[in-house]
Amino acid sequence: MITQPLITKRCGNIDPLQIDSALKAGAYSLLKKVLDLSRLQVIEEIKNSKIRGRGGAGFPAHIKLMSLYQENSPQKYLVCNADEGEPGNFKDRYLMEHDPHLIIEGMAIAAYAAGTSRGYIYIRGEYQKSIEIMKQAITQASAKGFLGSQILGKDFSFHLEVRSGAGSYVCGEEFSLLESLEGKAGRTRVKPPFPTVKGLFGYPTLINNVETFANFPIIMDLSGASYAKIGTPSSTGTKLLSLSGNIQNRGVFEVPFGIPFRKIIDELGGGIPEGRQLKMVQLGGVCGPIIPEYLIDMIVDYERFEVFESKTGAGAIIVIDDSQDLFELLANISDFFAHESCGKCTPCREGHAQIRKTLDKFIHYQACEKDLISLESQARIMHQTSLCGLGQSAPTSIISALYFFRNAFFDRINASNCQEVSA
Amino acid sequence: MQTETIVQRFPKVDDYLIEILLAVQNNNPEHYLPEKDLHYIAEYLGIPDSRVSGVVDFYTFFSTKPRGKYIIQVCDNVPCRIRHSQVVINTLEKMLGIHFHETTSDGLFTLEPTSCLGHCDESPVIRINDDVYTNLDSEKVTKIIQKYQAREEKK
Amino acid sequence: MIRLTINNQPIIADENKTILTIAKENNIHIPTLCHYSDLGIHSECRVCVVEIDGQKGLSTACSTFPKDGMVIKTNSPRVINSRKNTVELLLSNHDASCTTCVRNMHCELQTLANKLGIEEKRFESVLDIKELDLSTPSIVRNPNRCIKCGRCVEVCRSVQGMSVLDFHGRGQDMSVGPAYHHLLADVFCTYCGQCANVCPVGAIMEKDNTDDVWEAIHDTNKHVIVQIAPAIRVSLGEELGLAVGDIVTGQMVTALKLIGFDQVFDTNFTADLTILEEGNELLSRIQNGGTLPMITSCCPAWINFLEHRYPEVISNVSTCKSPQQMFGALAKSYYASKNHLDPKNIFVVSVMPCTAKKFEATRPEMSVNHEDPDVDISLTTRELGKMIRQMGIDFTHLESSEFDGPFGETTGAAALFGATGGVMEAALRTVVEVLTKKSLDNLDFIPVRGMDGFKEATLDLNGQSLKVAVVHTLSNAKIICEQIKNGTSPYLFVEVMACPGGCVGGGGQPYGSTREQVGKRLKAIYQVDRDLAVRKSHENPSIVKLYDEYLKTPLGHLSHELLHTHYHDKRS
Repeated sequence: MITQPLITKRCGNIDPLQIDSALKAGAYSLLKKVLDLSRLQVIEEIKNSKIRGRGGAGFPAHIKLMSLYQENSPQKYLVCNADEGEPGNFKDRYLMEHDPHLIIEGMAIAAYAAGTSRGYIYIRGEYQKSIEIMKQAITQASAKGFLGSQILGKDFSFHLEVRSGAGSYVCGEEFSLLESLEGKAGRTRVKPPFPTVKGLFGYPTLINNVETFANFPIIMDLSGASYAKIGTPSSTGTKLLSLSGNIQNRGVFEVPFGIPFRKIIDELGGGIPEGRQLKMVQLGGVCGPIIPEYLIDMIVDYERFEVFESKTGAGAIIVIDDSQDLFELLANISDFFAHESCGKCTPCREGHAQIRKTLDKFIHYQACEKDLISLESQARIMHQTSLCGLGQSAPTSIISALYFFRNAFFDRINASNCQEVSA
Repeated sequence: MQTETIVQRFPKVDDYLIEILLAVQNNNPEHYLPEKDLHYIAEYLGIPDSRVSGVVDFYTFFSTKPRGKYIIQVCDNVPCRIRHSQVVINTLEKMLGIHFHETTSDGLFTLEPTSCLGHCDESPVIRINDDVYTNLDSEKVTKIIQKYQAREEKK
Repeated sequence: MIRLTINNQPIIADENKTILTIAKENNIHIPTLCHYSDLGIHSECRVCVVEIDGQKGLSTACSTFPKDGMVIKTNSPRVINSRKNTVELLLSNHDASCTTCVRNMHCELQTLANKLGIEEKRFESVLDIKELDLSTPSIVRNPNRCIKCGRCVEVCRSVQGMSVLDFHGRGQDMSVGPAYHHLLADVFCTYCGQCANVCPVGAIMEKDNTDDVWEAIHDTNKHVIVQIAPAIRVSLGEELGLAVGDIVTGQMVTALKLIGFDQVFDTNFTADLTILEEGNELLSRIQNGGTLPMITSCCPAWINFLEHRYPEVISNVSTCKSPQQMFGALAKSYYASKNHLDPKNIFVVSVMPCTAKKFEATRPEMSVNHEDPDVDISLTTRELGKMIRQMGIDFTHLESSEFDGPFGETTGAAALFGATGGVMEAALRTVVEVLTKKSLDNLDFIPVRGMDGFKEATLDLNGQSLKVAVVHTLSNAKIICEQIKNGTSPYLFVEVMACPGGCVGGGGQPYGSTREQVGKRLKAIYQVDRDLAVRKSHENPSIVKLYDEYLKTPLGHLSHELLHTHYHDKRS
């Protein structure tokens, strides 16, 4: 089996609503171990693990941890980004619903290392079940002394609170998330300064994805060096992949980095149902590139996901069969980003409408060559000039489609009734 | 329950604005936020009305207009779309006689589009208030709505 | 200090300055749009993007701080293309009917589109036409022109502390407006007009009343008189192409005569009158144990603020009307009877640097006959500029003229009313002389001058130390009110102006009233004061005559009837 259950080991084997069930399976044993180490020793292990952020940016986790450790501030915060709004991703929901204590433990370990006494888990409002489960888990963990003041009798306090989103994908972006936590509209901020310097309420803040925090107890258990041996040298450890779309077996799978996509789709996904053929795969979520069938032999790692300067997204793999129309999908994606754009910066706020109009021409067989040029130009400019990750990654599907499926565009132009009016 | 009672459960700290708005709206049988409630919240937290108004307008959960008892949210993003979410949408529109952002004349159901609900492995998906229904087709969604309708008829 | 290169030019710069600032200091112009020097970094419009070697995307110069060795290009093909695209996108969601827009020829978006060589509409319009907000007498909002730069939201929030406007919605549907999508008249706005001042396009402006004034001027039955505020004579030139801070008093009077006003009077006259009344009011409170500190009352936006937010402080505020309104009252009583005119045929126009003055003129208390307004129309500096252009007047080459009597003789003290600290200084020139019974040698009270938002000064009068304060912006007015509410106010007399810099920074002034520009206008105000022969209000012979002939005594019966007013608790 190509899966390697490290952070999903307890999922399905414990009762997420009963802390004793989790304790029996080893929950909080690593927190106990960590509190006997120095904070720098913990950061050193995270560094040795070479773990990169699991939410999308793929930033080395130890750098942010060290930044926060070094900040001399009367208050510091830890935030868990559980605003999993990227279509195609559902791994964080899976973790929260099945092993909430792993996340809490990971956050507590990070809090200890960074020197933060307050933390928030920002969970998207649509995840009502996750919100209830995490709230209950926090209450139970506090009752057992794993959260709160003087944790396990040590000079370490960490208070954790769940906060809810209210229907906004962009609040998964760090700065928009901070704005939302502060009770404001989720419009991103000007950067610099970055959160580790000036974050929540103006204080140094460490923001990590659910899966990133979930890995911290695993790393402390295996040791950083051993963890780094899993996966590939540049992408260490395991990744939770959310597999969905036109595929037999959909779900969350934990695999070490370095497995080819084809293997995941065939062995874990069980191939394409209904007698259809794989046409394309979108990586990372709808903010990610769309790649053709002939590329799925490449391996799962951060570099591959970063085709076209996109970020990993969060490990989604959306499999699309040959019954689907490329242009309809691109339009669907464009509509999503148009709806979720916060509106702050010009290229994203005003750009989606123009891109959509051009895509409509392709959909309705009215496209000309100049529309192809326009689409490419608009997509690139939005990608290069938008203020935040949403606008920067929104056109990735189009940019990648123009690269890998260019013929499809020309075919459509050739089949179109071009309404071009000469000057 | 009175809005004031709900609001006063929270500390007078403005970062609780979204939590307060959610609590007040959830308490309203028509799932919306009347202006007088919003003004009370602004006064309670000591923040300008324009900020409360701006936050309400930003997040899709909030409505300043009355809605149905049951808010049906349908996802039509890529992982749902390619597993035939359009069939679910068509079924709902036909069954209820309304389009997106409309409420049935008996005030029971409001139909709304939603962005991804995070159940892509079980698509197509809808959400009715806090409950998520997955792996839908026309038949399944018909049965679900009929259950809600039956429940209401009994009352 | 670090080394960097901009457009192949090696530069040594302070790494704590943005690329935009460094470029400007080295005569490299990077176009901007949402950027406004007095407000924070917004980085929203994305017009000021630049290319930085080694970075994949383009970065905004307004928000990026350089690193040592950075190589920056501000006008590469990629940058120009992107900048042009951004402006074209803005135009696709904008009512670009420039020829019929109030900002035609004075619009930052129009100027930018022209500079970038945008000469065709590549993008289909997506503008969702909305209704204009014409609900108030002072301000008009046109959402079809808004480019969502956020300047109005920020000036209202962080400078004025009012937060009348905020962003609503998301994406392309995002708009700027009052709470709950109300009309401006249905929310609490002081009409200070700072939003109109900072707006780069024609999305927020004053209510235009020039047509009403033309109609009156051309109505042979009406006797149309104009009064013009102290701030206009140091600002009108700027509106008509002269330098910022040029003093154009004489030309201004000539222009007004050419426009067709029957008489051209100076609001500075009633500013002197205000000092007599207000100065005596302060003295009376000091001597008779009245409510202190006393606060000035000539700023209508401040009065609006006070009535809605701090009505408990009403008894501290002077009961004096503003110079604009004192003038109107005198015009429809004293002037009417002296010239055997029916007050109903007298049409009083004021020219003010202010948008709130339009509202002030409509206050029910501002009517001596309790029917018709004492001031029929209040125009802004910008509207006067428009009328002068409409007449085809070559302002630069006009000869000077004098104001008409009896309301044309004024003092340096009156001229100071246009400046923050000016009313205070003018009042002190009279009050200190009365209290000490000595003539002042030095008339300049320097501690109350300048752009600092909260100024204090201590006066040594007859052995007593008396503190005064001068504040501008409503954020600072709030501090004064809170002190009084808490019983901790240490002051005797406070001047409050809603606009930054005082009236020279008013909501009706020429566009682009940055701190720098306002500073130049302030300098000119002090020059006007210095150039006048009489510099104390109580030494104005015409004022003395007015009391002798008509009012009899400051705070007398007739003064109370015509020149004083009252306020209301308008808290909701």
